[in-house]
Amino acid sequence: MARFPLRVNGRVRDIEGDAADSLLSVLRDDLGLHGSKFGCGEGFCGACTVVIDDQPIRSCVTRLGTVGDKKVTTIEGVSTGDALHPVQQAFIDTEAFQCGYCTPGMVMATIGLLKSTPRPSDADIARLMDRNVCRCGTYPRIVAAIKLAADRMRASFP
Amino acid sequence: MTISIEPERYEFDESPRHRFAVDRRDFLRICTAMGGGLLVVASLPESAHAQESGRGQARAVPNDLASWIHIDERGHVTAYTGKVEIGQNQRTALAQTVADELRVPIAAITFVMADTDLTPFDQGTFGSQTTPRMAPVLARAAATAREMLIDRAATVWTIDRSGLVAKDGSVVARDGRTLSYGALTQGQKLTGVASAAIALTPASQWTLRGTRVLKVNGRAIVTGAHEYTPDLQRPGLMVGRIVRPPALGATPASVNDAKAKAIAGVTVVRDGDFIGVVAPSERVLKQAVAAMAVTWNMPAGLPTSETVFDHLRKTGAPSGGGRGGGGTAGTPSTAVSAKTFAATYKIPYIAHVPLEPRAAVAEWTGDKVTVWCGTQRPFGVRTEVATAFRIPEDRVRVIVPDMGSGYGGKHTGEHAIEAARLARGAGTPVKLVYTRAEEFMWAYFRPAGVIEITAGVDANGALASWEFDNYNSGNSGLPTPYTIASKREAFHTSDSPLRQGSYRGLAATANHYAREMHMDAIARALGVDAVQFRLKHIGEPRLAAVLKTAAERIGWPSPAMTGRSLGIACGTEKGGYVATAVELSKTAVASGAGSPGFAIERVVVVFECGAIVNPDGLKNQVEGAVVQGLGGALFEQIKFADGKILNGTMATYRVPRFKDVPPIEVVLLDRKDLPSAGAGETPIVAVAPAIGSAARAFGKVADELPVSLING
Repeated sequence: MARFPLRVNGRVRDIEGDAADSLLSVLRDDLGLHGSKFGCGEGFCGACTVVIDDQPIRSCVTRLGTVGDKKVTTIEGVSTGDALHPVQQAFIDTEAFQCGYCTPGMVMATIGLLKSTPRPSDADIARLMDRNVCRCGTYPRIVAAIKLAADRMRASFP
Repeated sequence: MTISIEPERYEFDESPRHRFAVDRRDFLRICTAMGGGLLVVASLPESAHAQESGRGQARAVPNDLASWIHIDERGHVTAYTGKVEIGQNQRTALAQTVADELRVPIAAITFVMADTDLTPFDQGTFGSQTTPRMAPVLARAAATAREMLIDRAATVWTIDRSGLVAKDGSVVARDGRTLSYGALTQGQKLTGVASAAIALTPASQWTLRGTRVLKVNGRAIVTGAHEYTPDLQRPGLMVGRIVRPPALGATPASVNDAKAKAIAGVTVVRDGDFIGVVAPSERVLKQAVAAMAVTWNMPAGLPTSETVFDHLRKTGAPSGGGRGGGGTAGTPSTAVSAKTFAATYKIPYIAHVPLEPRAAVAEWTGDKVTVWCGTQRPFGVRTEVATAFRIPEDRVRVIVPDMGSGYGGKHTGEHAIEAARLARGAGTPVKLVYTRAEEFMWAYFRPAGVIEITAGVDANGALASWEFDNYNSGNSGLPTPYTIASKREAFHTSDSPLRQGSYRGLAATANHYAREMHMDAIARALGVDAVQFRLKHIGEPRLAAVLKTAAERIGWPSPAMTGRSLGIACGTEKGGYVATAVELSKTAVASGAGSPGFAIERVVVVFECGAIVNPDGLKNQVEGAVVQGLGGALFEQIKFADGKILNGTMATYRVPRFKDVPPIEVVLLDRKDLPSAGAGETPIVAVAPAIGSAARAFGKVADELPVSLING
């Protein structure tokens, strides 16, 4: 066991753990941040997606020891007060979920996607969201949500 | 309207050994807790009993009153249902129903769902029964409350009730006087019994129902604040894991748990072949599980995913007998047939892969246990837990937080029992969350099946005879909707090497695949149009309507460009009617990379399920059913050998992803003149045969799922 200062949602949290611990278990079990979901533990469903320094990352296959001083943002860290992040609002407006279990990961993957690709095409979305699964099959709605969020974010920050 | 429900023969719950009649304590408890206001009670839905048929356990549903709706002194409405929210949107759709009948805004409603101590007994959330069966019960309770409030206002004002209307949470008189529901129930203890005779608002006068209402807890979902079972915390909660055998049917040969037990805070729980570990944290749990030394007796001679079809065929009950077996009788005469068409279709096991794996939190207080878990049958799981621990059902409380989906895959309560065992053994509340590998191996699958069809066509090109034998898949969607003079259709139970159970649409996906592919093959062989051939044999106008609409929307019979092909299929299930049409383009076959030699350019799905309650919610369900159907049509199949699942990971079991989803055009036919049927399942049934029949333009298609070209 060693100490790892972890920058999560704008705060430095002191974690006592092993370098090999998964970031997802640190977030959920040590920090009580349950918004990031466990889906597969293989990095293949995306329910655990967080953003690390603007990159969408599968936290279940990310080792604690590799995070260093990078900034970790989880679903708990994206809205400010009562105001939802534009991506969250777009998911609500397009009803881009059914059971919602994949949604926090989808929202985080979208936030990461829009940082690198502010005007995503359908092909961009299919490629960049390939590691995120919605088993309820709301993909057409998520695509609509991503585009709606992209439009709104460009309108707000042209 | 007839709704046939497949007997739920795959649910694995043993007959209850303890049965305690529910009395009126729920009702009294709610009244006491609420302090006052207005409470509407009603009999449990009479249909609950009918759904039990075929399970050989004719359970007596308590014929007692249950509480459905409470209005407090602030005018807030609490509605109760034993149904579960699994993503099918009933928390919202049922709120629309209650709010509409009560004439209150949707925000005035809170639903308590799936809590066996608080909600009325319910058989379970399956079979697309919530809208056709549960919604009318709640509508009657809400209408009763509304009429009681009007009566109350008439008493307060000492005027005739005929001039009073309920509107926006208040009773309003002709002269403009208004009393809110809160004011009317202030200091009151009003109780009413909903009657079957009460008039419900006709669909033509719905205001909230029939409109787009956003999911009531959408904000909690997009912020990650909603707590699914794996997210729950309890004071003193520890975490547990089961030490599983490496193969189905394997049993422990030796167990050495000394090292695990030596770790501080760890408890090893053993009970027969059950081996579980409990630890104060996930980190310690991981160490403890790794420290367990267990050797296993391995099974031998089990069927594999390749040999299973012969096994199912060989072990099939001969005459459609067996538990849940059956079909239509009669001996078809092939004498009148000028031509016969025979084929055998093979359907593999597939997995539900709910993104929230099985999870449960169990907490004992004395000899009473509370279990929070994901399941579609909270009351069934209560029985399972009570049976497992030989305690009365009233000492088991099952609560189902809105869960990360089920698709028919969460009818059983093994995870609840396991968590309760761990919690009792460790003497502390325990959370158990299945790994993905456990969910693949220790849940259950959609049944594999073998379907044999022999059809005879007369000299006029009409179907004269139809023989349909389904081995192991199940009954759902088995009877052909086509008019055929002579037919024999049978379901044969078989010995399934894998644990199997319900699925979205149950066997209707398998039966529709075989039947519609066969219809298409016959039409091709006769050189007639596949849509016209079907219409010639369709007597039901609702089925004809969806088929014609789908054909029109896809541009039947001509694809948008040369080199493409169209396919179409239709069917009916659970009171709904669906037709699906697809347009394919040819691509290179990339074996192993999951490319079947064609790409889906677009999908048209036409669905009719009577009066529509929430059009956008319904569209969401239809899209979801099509996407899930694409998985079974194109690549999903469980590979297994020696009792091991060979592709039980997300990396190796391919489910539909963004790249797999073509444009999907959903056409909903709203029939306000017909009762609402269930809708979550039926739109899946015609996806695979539409794709399979379109692929025939590119080469010979194997008579199996997933769809594959033999010489593409």
